[in-house]
Amino acid sequence: MSEMESRRAFLEKVASTVFAGMVLGGQPVKAGAEPVKVELPPRPPDGPILPELEYEDVLVRMQRDLERALKKGTTPKWVMVIDTRKCVGCHACTVSCAVENKLPPGVVYRSVIEEQIGKYPEVSWRFLPRPCMQCDNPPCVPVCPVGATWKRADGIVEIDYDACIGCRYCLVSCPYQARTFDFGESWTQDTPGQGQMPYEELPTFEWGEVHVRKEGVVPSSPVGNARKCSFCLHRLEHGLLPQCVTTCIGRATFFGDASDPESLVFQLIHQPNAMRLKEELGTEPRVYYLV
Amino acid sequence: MRAWGWILYGVLAAIGLAGFFLRFATGHQLAGYGSYVPWGLWVAAYIYFIGLSAGAFLLSALVYVFGVRRLEPIAPLALVVALASLLMALITIWFDLGHLERFYYVYLRPNFRSMMAWMVWLYTAYGLLLLSELYFALRRHLPRYADRRGVTGLLARLLTGGRKTPFTQEEIHRDEGILRVLGTIGVPLAIAFHGGVGALFGTVVAQDLWHSPIYPILFLTGALLSGGALMTAVYVFFWPRKDGQWKELSLLLGRVVLGLILFDLLLEWAEYSIPMWYGVGSEFKALWNTLFGPFWYVYWVFHILLGVVVPVLLLLWGVRGRLGAIGLASFLVAVTFLAIRLNLVIPSLVHPKLEGLVHAYHDHRLTFVYFPTWFEWSVVVFSVVLGFTVTYVLVRILPVIEGRLLKEVA
Repeated sequence: MSEMESRRAFLEKVASTVFAGMVLGGQPVKAGAEPVKVELPPRPPDGPILPELEYEDVLVRMQRDLERALKKGTTPKWVMVIDTRKCVGCHACTVSCAVENKLPPGVVYRSVIEEQIGKYPEVSWRFLPRPCMQCDNPPCVPVCPVGATWKRADGIVEIDYDACIGCRYCLVSCPYQARTFDFGESWTQDTPGQGQMPYEELPTFEWGEVHVRKEGVVPSSPVGNARKCSFCLHRLEHGLLPQCVTTCIGRATFFGDASDPESLVFQLIHQPNAMRLKEELGTEPRVYYLV
Repeated sequence: MRAWGWILYGVLAAIGLAGFFLRFATGHQLAGYGSYVPWGLWVAAYIYFIGLSAGAFLLSALVYVFGVRRLEPIAPLALVVALASLLMALITIWFDLGHLERFYYVYLRPNFRSMMAWMVWLYTAYGLLLLSELYFALRRHLPRYADRRGVTGLLARLLTGGRKTPFTQEEIHRDEGILRVLGTIGVPLAIAFHGGVGALFGTVVAQDLWHSPIYPILFLTGALLSGGALMTAVYVFFWPRKDGQWKELSLLLGRVVLGLILFDLLLEWAEYSIPMWYGVGSEFKALWNTLFGPFWYVYWVFHILLGVVVPVLLLLWGVRGRLGAIGLASFLVAVTFLAIRLNLVIPSLVHPKLEGLVHAYHDHRLTFVYFPTWFEWSVVVFSVVLGFTVTYVLVRILPVIEGRLLKEVA
């Protein structure tokens, strides 16, 4: 018993650390700072001619782009760009997304597909993170019998958790299988212990609303609902980049306003190596891949 | 025999009630489907039941709309079966919702671009139409029961305003006119709602196997076949008076079922052979998996053997005067039709839309393997028991068979 209690105490500590991390992780990066000039070693008079190098973390650039997009007064056109050459398959985005949105088991917004090419020893891997594509022509929207999901002016496909009846027609309609159903399961279910852990009772702030999951004869949304990636709308509204972008260790995920020619994403999606998944369906995804 | 029947009913009712309570107590947690295979047995059972309803209704329409007098004795019973199957279908799909308590949102805030919203609205119209057809088909017999005690008497007094004088020929003629009008509305309605169920699947671009113009047609033929077979089996086995007319009508129904099996098989040939012929493409892979994958027996044993080969042989034998064979063949067709419905819903879903997704995030809800759990079966059993009970009670308390109550005819 005491062993169980100490385990619980330990997990509580871990949970509160994770929670503290989430709160601290929410601090906006100070934007507006000028790019840092890289100090170059003194050049020998007869040495090669080196360019003046400048380095800036793309996160700082994207934060500045985001602030400009939110201030400009017109509706931004949110897009995401994923550089598959930089993705190392660490799954940090999947995990941070689950933490940000307090996802239960079976619900995932951004899984990373791993593909093995060749056979050992001539083998390599490639990775394909798959968030919601926020399609401009979303197949999941017209199928909803109660109009509980729609395309916003900024491009995000929103779900009203309080209207969704849980028929799962949108799940079968998504060619990217980006929607998952909340079966009401919890991480501590069927494990020895004393019920739910504190982190499981935290509210989710998706879509800028506060929802506390609860299973029951009449389940509390989002239990019994279709759920999906929101491009972290609740963070955007507070001037923060999506959680998967900020936690990408390879800086492989980019986010911003594609209607702003000065933004990083605008420049990236106009490169010839920018592709989208299943173009042939005409869904017009808002997620681009650099290959 | 009768006692065994009631024992079977009792066992099924207990299983069904267990499923019913589990559904409320545990939600969807005991179900085997997940997020990559979001629909399972309940959706298949639902289109199966709704097909039975549409088929039984269209059989009654042959009498009321097209004046096929030979089928007249079973027309009111067909309406009762259509009503009970509709109830079975709706209760099954209601249990499938994540939020049961929000079903009425489809009425309050419908999105009419969604085939599903159309379906619900058409069902509602169809349910109301069935009730009014049943009323006009039966009320001419009701004054005879106005003096009775019990439910029959109460219903007779309520539905005819306490009337005790029999209906005149003129009034009966007028009711038949009303029935013709209702039936005439009902035929396009039945075609629309069941074709609409086919379209609900057929319009989904993401599902290769569903996205085919043949789906609405396939659903309608299936409805005629399964509903017709169910009515034939009920008529052959349970009709209280086994006289010359019964024999003649059973033979006719047997021939109709035989024809429909063959026609349905023709459409199925188109459904499978066109995408499979050259052996390439994702549809080929998915269909190959349906025919020769781990659940090959659903197709070959339950559908082809027990739903086509055996019934066709029995029917060929039966139309020479073996009515038991006709009944058994029809029963087999009606029951094994669930296998066809399962093979319409599941194979497209278990076919991954993005290769490798299943290994991206491991969870028992995120797989492409699906097998219905005992819990799911028990909920379907609940619907079946409910449908049987409704049919039985209606036949007992209303003059459905030849204008009389069941125990009077028997």
